[in-house]
Amino acid sequence: MDIYQIIFWVLSIFTLGCAIGVIMSRSPINSVLFLILTFFSISAHYVMMNAQFLAIVNIIVYAGAIMVLFLFVLMLMNLNSDTEPQKNFLIQFAGVISGGALLLVFVAAIKSTFTGLEGKTIDLSQSTDIGLIKNLGTMLFKEYVFPFEIASVLFLSAMVGAVVIGKKDKHLAPTE
Amino acid sequence: MFLLAITISFIIQKIILAAIIIGGSLGIALYATWAERKVSAVMQDRRGPTRAGPFGLLQPLADGVKMFMKEEIIPIFSNKFLFILGPSLAMVVALMSSAVIPWGPDMKFADGTSFSLQVADINIGMLYVFGVVSLGVYGVMLGAWASNNKFSLLSGLRAAAQAISYELALGLSMISLVMMTGSLSLNDIVSQQHGFWDGNWFSWNVFKQPLAFLIFLVCSFAELNRAPFDLAECESELIGGYHTEYSSLKLGFYLFAEYISMFITSVIISTLFFGGYNFPGMDAVAAMVPSPLFSIICALVLLTKAIGFILFFMFIRWTIPRFRYDQLMNLGWKSLIPLALINMLITGAVILYLNK
Repeated sequence: MDIYQIIFWVLSIFTLGCAIGVIMSRSPINSVLFLILTFFSISAHYVMMNAQFLAIVNIIVYAGAIMVLFLFVLMLMNLNSDTEPQKNFLIQFAGVISGGALLLVFVAAIKSTFTGLEGKTIDLSQSTDIGLIKNLGTMLFKEYVFPFEIASVLFLSAMVGAVVIGKKDKHLAPTE
Repeated sequence: MFLLAITISFIIQKIILAAIIIGGSLGIALYATWAERKVSAVMQDRRGPTRAGPFGLLQPLADGVKMFMKEEIIPIFSNKFLFILGPSLAMVVALMSSAVIPWGPDMKFADGTSFSLQVADINIGMLYVFGVVSLGVYGVMLGAWASNNKFSLLSGLRAAAQAISYELALGLSMISLVMMTGSLSLNDIVSQQHGFWDGNWFSWNVFKQPLAFLIFLVCSFAELNRAPFDLAECESELIGGYHTEYSSLKLGFYLFAEYISMFITSVIISTLFFGGYNFPGMDAVAAMVPSPLFSIICALVLLTKAIGFILFFMFIRWTIPRFRYDQLMNLGWKSLIPLALINMLITGAVILYLNK
């Protein structure tokens, strides 16, 4: 058991512990804080695979921006157990269906990991360079440029949608 | 791989360097509080602190002792863990970005060994700085929420919205810089700005990217929560903002972290735009003095530039009144972000033109 394996196991246990903390903690604020810790430990895994760019982008985008907005909303909502709305049967049913579908995806993913193990693993003692910014950029803009552009158009449409929703209604807004 | 290259002497070297840098940052931040009081006194035709020591030089120590002696109060309904975590995070995050700054060229000793004046030369140094900046708001937000106080909560929300808005313009202005330098490593960015004149044009980035520098500077004010953008601690509306409920050393941590961030930000601005440790005529000096001494001279040059920026931050604070919140948002979203995008387009066009 060399030093990589020790670091890997410690990190993995920490990651899973934090992930369990996300769904087990009562207060939503604590959930979000556990989620931030989870992102950090996933970033540490990226660093172990010599993908520093992915690691830091994961922190900037998720821990630095999205989670701040999550906290922002949660702090305003003041969620408590007594203010929690009663869920009706339809919502519970939908929850079960979507949760089951997600479980199916997970089981399929785990199954495919066990069957085709060759070519899918990263040997941590060999350095891979695919996660470095230069190789990643070349890859994205040469081989995967079409899905990349499609994804950016998707983001743009989401942004336009957010602006439209956020726009004040001219008839209702008080005159300034 | 990278971990195997670590030896005991390497670790000891890095620990010593990190200790020096952290100690230095703390010392400079300590005297930045004194300088702020003196600068404000000069600008308002007062004398400032004069009692403790000559020119009031012992004033920071007296302030520190006062902070230690105060009673520590934790609000009864607050989340105690998060209440303590808030100021600690503010402090840790403020000290974190100093790790990737190149403080000077490598010291080369006579026996062939060399000593790097940079704790970690990672190839994504600039993104690391940006990542640390984006985490900076957590200290304020968590402390504000855990205070269980309406005004603190409002201040935390303001801080979060402000940080997110200005990070965008900050990142976009950094992108045009990266497009020009072609590297994210702070070490490369500094060595590209060698000397002062490269034969055709000034080698410092501020002369090549003046607009990016201006946007970066304005956004740094906002990210530091410093006047004129200190909406999060706006005392005329929010009492004290996020540190309303804090007392004793935890309040001291919040106030002190701001000065440390100010120092580190000044160093980063000098590194990115004002040539880092480079100075005019450095080749002549390098030929005259031994390498370790030259490294120390370079580090002192970088510190001088940083102190210049700290003074600039202070002059602005005592000159310009605080923005209103809608003005702040309008400036960020409707002026700085479009300007940064235009700057990016111009930079791209010029690069294409020069390389065709």
